[in-house]
Amino acid sequence: MKFLREPYYILLDFLEMLGASGLFLLHLLRYTPHALRRPGLIFQQVFTIGAMSLVLIMVSGLFVGMVLGLQGFNTLNKFASTSMVGTLVALGLLRELGPVITALLFAGRAGTALTSEIGLMRATEQLAGMEMMAVDPVRRIVVPRFLGGVISMPLLVGIFNAVGLLGGYLVGVVLMHIDKGSFWSQIHAHVDFKEDFRSGIIKSLVFGAVATLIAVFEGYYAQPTAEGVSRATTRTVVNTALAVLAVDYLLTAFMY
Amino acid sequence: MAEHKHSDPIIDIRGLKYRRGEKMIFDNLDVSIERGKITAIMGPSGTGKTTLLRIMTGQVLPDRGHVHVDGKNLLKLDIDGLFELRKRMGFLFQNGALFTDYSVYENVVFPIREHTDLPESLVRHIALMKLQAVGLRGAAELMPTELSGGMARRVALARAIALDPKIIFYDEPFTGLDPISMGVIVRLIRELNDSLGLTSIIVSHDVEEVSSVSDHSYLISEGKVVAYGTPEELEQNKSAWVRQFMKGLSDGPVPFHYPAPDLAAQLLGEETE
Repeated sequence: MKFLREPYYILLDFLEMLGASGLFLLHLLRYTPHALRRPGLIFQQVFTIGAMSLVLIMVSGLFVGMVLGLQGFNTLNKFASTSMVGTLVALGLLRELGPVITALLFAGRAGTALTSEIGLMRATEQLAGMEMMAVDPVRRIVVPRFLGGVISMPLLVGIFNAVGLLGGYLVGVVLMHIDKGSFWSQIHAHVDFKEDFRSGIIKSLVFGAVATLIAVFEGYYAQPTAEGVSRATTRTVVNTALAVLAVDYLLTAFMY
Repeated sequence: MAEHKHSDPIIDIRGLKYRRGEKMIFDNLDVSIERGKITAIMGPSGTGKTTLLRIMTGQVLPDRGHVHVDGKNLLKLDIDGLFELRKRMGFLFQNGALFTDYSVYENVVFPIREHTDLPESLVRHIALMKLQAVGLRGAAELMPTELSGGMARRVALARAIALDPKIIFYDEPFTGLDPISMGVIVRLIRELNDSLGLTSIIVSHDVEEVSSVSDHSYLISEGKVVAYGTPEELEQNKSAWVRQFMKGLSDGPVPFHYPAPDLAAQLLGEETE
């Protein structure tokens, strides 16, 4: 029975974390109406979380689109249907790669920043100081960051997809000389607004909530030491990656 | 230890019990803080002085006892009631706990903006006056990283008095300061207390500085009040423990050595464990 003990404790830890973050989410949602009355705080977070991630998202989007275009061209060339490259890039980005890669990049760029910021505020007693000034740090610090992340993610995904499509266009049309007209018209013919576009937006909203929740949760409950904050930051990246991929499977199974 | 109960205490603690893990931190502690005065809580490191401060401000809940602050039973308050009470309290953390991303000025206006709807021009006036009171109006635009330890503590003090509290708590206000900064803080504690009509509570083990500023002192050790009185009374106290603490003697009722097995036995490897 001894060999079962380790997985048992891992499972127990996992369930405990799931429960705690679920409760934390309820706590955040309860204060959301209050936070919406101070939109300035949320917009500030959309700037620091969203706008500051733009360069990373755009450069990554361009390369992902270019790789998709190139791989698609090489494969489709065998079937003499290279005009479908645009459709392949667009569907790949809208349905999967846009939301998933943006969420993973988001965890590395904005998630770690959120976790270490909140964790350090706890370690340096700034959160306790706020409580002593009769200001609830969950309301003042955590909720605006959570909402900022949820708002930023769909916007970042949209930009990632747009730049990615441009990357596919660069490789397909400019480099490989596919006909420009058929590139766009094939996209127009095969990408369905309801099926593909909407499902991408739903995914990006859910991923935004998952990634930001994990980041603020880990930061808020980080051990108030240097090592504790660094561990929490690592957990943010690892847990977000796992959670996003798992949730992606569930959403895909439900929506298509 | 004689009972001390003032006729109208601003903070009244009776029969306080608090344990952390196996260790009993407070065992039937009685403390009563007189309104308008500066009261010091002294004792060796690790006796739970800071914990007592956190109990008085509702940051830590005791296991048993009666904690009344400004007429309110702290243990019966909900979070809104507690926050309402805390608007009348200032708390100076040992490290200042300034918001590192905000400038000195923004730190001081933070509580005013959070709790009032005053026009910006008035908020600015209040903040500048609070900074003037601690002598740092000229440092308003600096960031906390640009401040020395003593200055950071003064900014934190300006922030703590921003909402004109009734009670102010100082957690180890003299630790790690140079003599000049120490003198400045001692002066500020006295001046603010008298000019703003505050009640001040200082937790510290810096006997000399505390004695120079406090009206009364509690000496706490091992969960109990060992002595209470004015600095002069404590100076005259006959108890060996109080004398050791007040004079800073290395040996006495508190032995120099942490409990250990016999030295010779341990060196010769005869210990049982």
